[in-house]
Amino acid sequence: MAKITFPVEASHIMMFARAVGDTNPVYHDAAAAAKTEVGGIIAPPTFGQAVAQFDPDYHLRPKPGQAWFGSGKTPSGVEKAPSAGGLHAEQHFEYHRPLRPGDVLSVELKPGKTWEKESKRAGKLTFRERIAEYRDQTGALVLTTRSVGVTTERPVDQG
Amino acid sequence: MKMALHASRLKVGDTHRERVVENLTRTQIVQYAGASGDYNPIHTDATYTTEVAGYPSVFAHGMLTMGLTGKMLTNYVGDGRLTNFGVRFTNQVWPGDSLDSTATVTAIHDGLAEIEVVTTNQDGKEVVRGTATARIDP
Repeated sequence: MAKITFPVEASHIMMFARAVGDTNPVYHDAAAAAKTEVGGIIAPPTFGQAVAQFDPDYHLRPKPGQAWFGSGKTPSGVEKAPSAGGLHAEQHFEYHRPLRPGDVLSVELKPGKTWEKESKRAGKLTFRERIAEYRDQTGALVLTTRSVGVTTERPVDQG
Repeated sequence: MKMALHASRLKVGDTHRERVVENLTRTQIVQYAGASGDYNPIHTDATYTTEVAGYPSVFAHGMLTMGLTGKMLTNYVGDGRLTNFGVRFTNQVWPGDSLDSTATVTAIHDGLAEIEVVTTNQDGKEVVRGTATARIDP
C-alpha cells in the first residue's frame, strides 16, 4: 500500500490549532511549551489527519490541470459530480506518543473492512474503513488511526 | 498549559464541559480546510453544495467538530495525556451552530481514566459521540 512521508512542522501545527480555535500555548509558543510536562511544542490530538496535505493523490484537493468537482463557471466542474458523495462516519486515534515539530513520519495506509447498511435518512449506506500507521524516523509506531467513510445513496435528510 | 488529572481527586461520574465554538463561521470552516488539506467543496462551496450535492448549505468537516471536541478533552486531561480518542459523527454541524462538549469519567484503573465524550449543538442535538482514555497521575 501507499506510504506517505509526513514532515511535522511547527507552523503547520500552529495553523491547525488556530483552525480548531485552540489557543493553548503548547501548540505555538516554544518557550512556554518548554516549561510544560511535554517539554516542547506538540501537535493537537486530531493533527494526524492533516497527513492529507502530503498525500500526492489525495482526492479532496484540487490539482493543476485536472477538473475539480466544485463550482467555477458552473456549479460543478465535472459532468457527473457525486450526487450525495462521501461523509465521515467515524474516526479513532490511538496515541503512542505526541507528534512534535521535526518528526518525519512515514504513514502507511491500509484498507479495512467494507459493509453496508440501510438508513431511513439517506438510503443505502456503504461504509469503508481505512487504517493508517504513523511511524517515526526510528521506525517506532507513534500513532494509529482508523477512519470510517460512508457513501450515502442520497443526501442525509435533515428532518 | 494544562495539568494532568489525579486519581486521588477523580471519581467516576466527574464531568467537564466547555462551549467549544460559538456561532461557527464559514471562515473557520475555510480555515480548517486549509490547515487539514481537506478541500471537499461540501464544506466551503455553497454553489456546489446546494445545487449539486443537495444540502441546504455548506457544513463543517466532521474532523473540525472532532478537533473542537479534542480541545475540550486536552483542556481537561492535560497536554500529551491522551492514549485513545475515537468518535462517531452523528449529525452534521452547520454555520451558525454553537457547540458544547462534555467529558464524563466512566472508569478509573491502572493509571488511566476512561472518558465518555459528547458534543451537542445549541438545540441539544448530539453531533459527536465517542470515548477517550487518558493517563492520569496517582
